[in-house]
Amino acid sequence: MRAFTVVSSKIAPLDRPNVDTDAIIPKQYLKSIRRTGFGPFLFDDWRYLDAGDLEIDPATRRVNPDFVLNKAEHQGAQILIARDNFGCGSSREHAVWALDDYGFRAVIAPSYADIFFSNCFKNGVLPVVLKPEEVQAIFDGVARNPDAQFTIDLPAQQVKLPCGNAFSFEIDAGRKHNLVEGLDEIGLTLKNADAIRAYEARRAQQAPWLFAS
Amino acid sequence: MSSSNKPRTLYDKIWDDHVVSDLGAGSALIYIDRHLVHEVTSPQAFDGLRLNHRQPWRLAANLAVPDHNVPTVDRAKGIKDPISRAQLDALDANCAEFGITKFDLMDRRQGIVHVIGPEQGATLPGMTVVCGDSHTSTHGAFGALAFGIGTSEVEHALATQTLVLKKARTMLVRVKGHVGPGVTAKDITLAIIGRIGTAGGTGHVIEYAGEAIEDLSMEGRMTLCNMAIEGGARAGLVAVDDKTIAYVKGRPYAPKAEHWDAAVAYWKTLKSDAGAAFDAVVEIDAAGIQPQVTWGTSPEMVLPVGAAVPNPADEADPVKRNGMEKALAYMGLKAGTPIEKIAIDKVFIGSCTNSRIEDMRAAAAVVKGRKKAANVKLAMVVPGSGLVKEQAEAEGLDQIFRDAGFEWREPGCSMCLAMNADRLEPGERCASTSNRNFEGRQGAGGRTHLVSPAMAAAAGIAGHFVDVRSF
Ligand code: SF4
Repeated sequence: MRAFTVVSSKIAPLDRPNVDTDAIIPKQYLKSIRRTGFGPFLFDDWRYLDAGDLEIDPATRRVNPDFVLNKAEHQGAQILIARDNFGCGSSREHAVWALDDYGFRAVIAPSYADIFFSNCFKNGVLPVVLKPEEVQAIFDGVARNPDAQFTIDLPAQQVKLPCGNAFSFEIDAGRKHNLVEGLDEIGLTLKNADAIRAYEARRAQQAPWLFAS
Repeated sequence: MSSSNKPRTLYDKIWDDHVVSDLGAGSALIYIDRHLVHEVTSPQAFDGLRLNHRQPWRLAANLAVPDHNVPTVDRAKGIKDPISRAQLDALDANCAEFGITKFDLMDRRQGIVHVIGPEQGATLPGMTVVCGDSHTSTHGAFGALAFGIGTSEVEHALATQTLVLKKARTMLVRVKGHVGPGVTAKDITLAIIGRIGTAGGTGHVIEYAGEAIEDLSMEGRMTLCNMAIEGGARAGLVAVDDKTIAYVKGRPYAPKAEHWDAAVAYWKTLKSDAGAAFDAVVEIDAAGIQPQVTWGTSPEMVLPVGAAVPNPADEADPVKRNGMEKALAYMGLKAGTPIEKIAIDKVFIGSCTNSRIEDMRAAAAVVKGRKKAANVKLAMVVPGSGLVKEQAEAEGLDQIFRDAGFEWREPGCSMCLAMNADRLEPGERCASTSNRNFEGRQGAGGRTHLVSPAMAAAAGIAGHFVDVRSF
């Protein structure tokens, strides 16, 4: 997995609560059996005025000039900020793949839905949790100057503001370690193969019906 | 097994029985008993296995079925859309390559993954059950710890039979007393979401308890737990009782005779101990729950059928007010409109929330001897599995639906998420028994109102929402 340490970028503001995974990547794109190529379809229903599909070249579609990510000043942002309960809805990891493929390395929000939150860590995308008033301060800062550069420093667990101040954030120590080091979680788990086998042997004694077939 | 005698919740018990190793700081490597696989979230996981030269850890723990992307008509003719077909072909090829049991599209046992797991007895009390689908919470109805996972975790579960999990907080939702006639599990679960909000259960596992929950059939408990995720909780749980055990008995994957008594003895321990502590407790009075209808673009935007569309101006919180305004604009609704005055274009009865035999019966009882309203362009009934379909047909329900002008389809997810040909056109309004009313969920620009099967059926007959109790 790609490591995440420090990312400096401007921030794209998506001022909505409950941004669901259907909005992040609509269902017609879930027919793809690949992990990449979802970036052009991120926030598809909001980003374009006409309907899209996997067969339709996004370059031929009508862009919605009013959608925030389409504004010239937010191009190139690697950090997205939104409101509460970001990523609610389905378990589709395609939502994280789409954010990543578009170029977002991190999201900032006051809260996330559990499955989306967990999916981020498997893909080197950092979901930063800040207090609602800190999120508001960043929205205000971006509104004043869309080009302002922010720095997310994962080892230091800080979002550094252009003014020099910083907001600290909490993160699970194990998840932070895997992200900073870019570790493969399956490889790590398989180091416990003996413990898994020992569990199975124990469990098969207690609950043999679980291992009957 | 826990060494202390502290009263434990049902969640604690299942967790304790599945710890392979403690990883510290509240995390553990948790053993997974059952992994259900479908076509949409698995291809990239199988690719990952191949890339890293890994094999599934325990083949027998996996069961696969295509459901999200399957046609609900003319199935024998195959799938026209080449991209959809490629996804089903990928599931076939992956299951064949790795040796995973799969029910084919034409198998009578095919259906929505959350319907067939319990139907086959592949979901058992006390199990950990995962699937690359958020509505895996459904299986919690059996006192199983069941939750949705992303594709990376699908790969992790396949390769290691475990997941790295952080222990969740617990929320007890106690629904006290009994619901009135015409009020169903769907109304209970929507009313709970209306109370706690779509993020109310975030970070929690919900245990549902109280007389109204004990009253529910297993089908009803599945409907209830199905929407735990819509309240933000990755898993919902109901304690095991005699109904649970009776439902499981004799199903193809259920314990055979030689293990049955031991299994039942263990299952009977699967309830929260008296005095077990929950991190949050919510109490709801069952008698106050009315048939529910959502009016907005989030399941928490829900009201009793007798209410009127709310006015954003009455909301003090600016973020919420803004959300309500956006929702009303999307839904094409005016504040103050009585819900019973909202006319619909389509009816969808189906999805992993409400496509079991009991749901089919409830809808059929309402439409029997009546006709679909002229303004309703399409009313479709999509049973949750081939076996539900057979059962319904044996009871003559398909004919009742057809006589009323409702379409009777082949099993699958269908218009719940509109990945196949079943979808809403822009601006169309649907009375739907599914679980998500997000923008575009049932088709770009489509407007979804979530209701129970009886309420959806009644709306199809009346042409607008009506209180099924006075219908
Ligand atoms: S019926 Fe709907 S919610 Fe259920 S698994 Fe299928 S798409 Fe998901």
